[in-house]
Amino acid sequence: MAIWDYANPTRFLRLVQIVLPWLTGLCVLAFAAGLYMSFFVAPDDYQQGDTVRIMYIHVPAAWLSMMCYSIMAVSSLGTLVWKHPLADVSAKCAAPIGAAFTFMALVTGSLWGKPMWGTYWVWDARLTSVLVLLIMYLGLMTLWRTMEDPIKAGKAAAILTLVGALNLPVIKFSVDWWNTLHQPASVIRMDGPTIHPDILWPLLVMAVAFTLLFFVLHLMAMRNEILRRRVRAMRLRAASAAQPGTAAATAQPAE
Amino acid sequence: MDLGPHAGFIIASYGLCLATVIGLIAWVHIDKANQEKALKELAAQGISRARPDGKDATPS
Amino acid sequence: MSSWGVALFNRDLRLSVRIGGSALVGVLFFLAVVTVIPFGVGPDLNLLARIGPAILWIGALLATLLGLDRLFQADREDGTLDLMLMAGRPLELVVLIKCLAHWVATGLPLVVAAPLLGIFLNLDPVAMGAVTLTLLVGTPALTLIGAIGAALTVSLRRGGLLLAVLVIPLAIPVLIFGVSAADAAIHDPVPFLTPFLILTALSLIAAVVGPVAAAMALRFSAD
Repeated sequence: MAIWDYANPTRFLRLVQIVLPWLTGLCVLAFAAGLYMSFFVAPDDYQQGDTVRIMYIHVPAAWLSMMCYSIMAVSSLGTLVWKHPLADVSAKCAAPIGAAFTFMALVTGSLWGKPMWGTYWVWDARLTSVLVLLIMYLGLMTLWRTMEDPIKAGKAAAILTLVGALNLPVIKFSVDWWNTLHQPASVIRMDGPTIHPDILWPLLVMAVAFTLLFFVLHLMAMRNEILRRRVRAMRLRAASAAQPGTAAATAQPAE
Repeated sequence: MDLGPHAGFIIASYGLCLATVIGLIAWVHIDKANQEKALKELAAQGISRARPDGKDATPS
Repeated sequence: MSSWGVALFNRDLRLSVRIGGSALVGVLFFLAVVTVIPFGVGPDLNLLARIGPAILWIGALLATLLGLDRLFQADREDGTLDLMLMAGRPLELVVLIKCLAHWVATGLPLVVAAPLLGIFLNLDPVAMGAVTLTLLVGTPALTLIGAIGAALTVSLRRGGLLLAVLVIPLAIPVLIFGVSAADAAIHDPVPFLTPFLILTALSLIAAVVGPVAAAMALRFSAD
């Protein structure tokens, strides 16, 4: 199986070395094209005017916030079921990036909402679900930080990620329910009834650019994490080899 | 380019996204520099990765 | 379930109501939260009656979260948890029984206290009954979901706050349907039974997912 070939971190690092420049180049190109299209090609919306341009970053960020959680869920399965050695590295590194994209989706959503709805925040079902997602990302990151042993932390976080993945549809459903109870009927929908191709193309290009950006950052963060674990393992070995008196000084992980 | 009456919001959202992305990139690079520095220091102390290549960094 | 289950249930129940256990502190906390709300929102009785079910539910959620960090921690400190892991009994069942005992000691008092606190909040008898019923059905779900958080943070010295942060997002559906059902009984935008049955379903799902995930987490934290 191809994915097992990269269970060896050294081999994985070599792959990253080869893939990363290409991926970065593609990402930059996609962003250049996407930004050009969203500012100069895409037309104004007849209702929203130029504010519709916020959509070209808001929607890809929201899409990535969900994709990132899916990647974490799959990685968690990899940790718990298949015991792939890089799975928890992948899950750990995806969390801060996912949190950042979720944050972007929230910020752009509320900046879009101010001219559209007149307030920065409405307890709209979609915004609220994204906020809950952000809290879950931050909780996972905290869980990782509070546990010293990366393997134990990885397993604990994997369980929580999977429980969260089971729960997210339920949360989404219940927030929708709650929203229909409390929201007056006239809600401005963010998605129009039909999406015109002039809008769709820049959106797709931006989505591709954001996805590439995610993979670039994710691979780089995974490389860092592998190096960090190497440093940790070497420090621990050095500490256990050294005299007990000096061990205390060198055993401090400097993460 | 004219962005209409709500130019501030558009610029702010693009700017904040840019800042977040720059923050992520900076985090990744600073982290990389830190880890490589630590590896170099450990190598200078004569601590090597005693076990065969790639085994020690993996979780079991 | 055989005698060991009953023995475990009795043991946990006794430990949590005797000296050193903190079961009844939860009710006091519940009382304190409900007392503090009118100072925040003002003593307007109509307003309090309107948001009363929500206050009671949020109070119950917070009180449950507060007591959860001791669910496995005390057993871990004195080594009982290791014995339970080695005893060869299905750990999922052990967790379920422990949760049940914990709920009887901490959740049930909240349910019993809810009608009393409802008086402070100017709830009419129907609303009081509805809130109590939804709490009776919903608080087990909070305990069972919370067990996951308790198992994940069992090895941390100060896990209580983290536990709350981890569990609250997962508890949102329970809160939504609990409050919706109670509200539906008072002024009905929807029939009472719809959210109530969903709430029941959430509790049953939590009774499966909670013990399985918590047992998995406990096994990992031990080895």
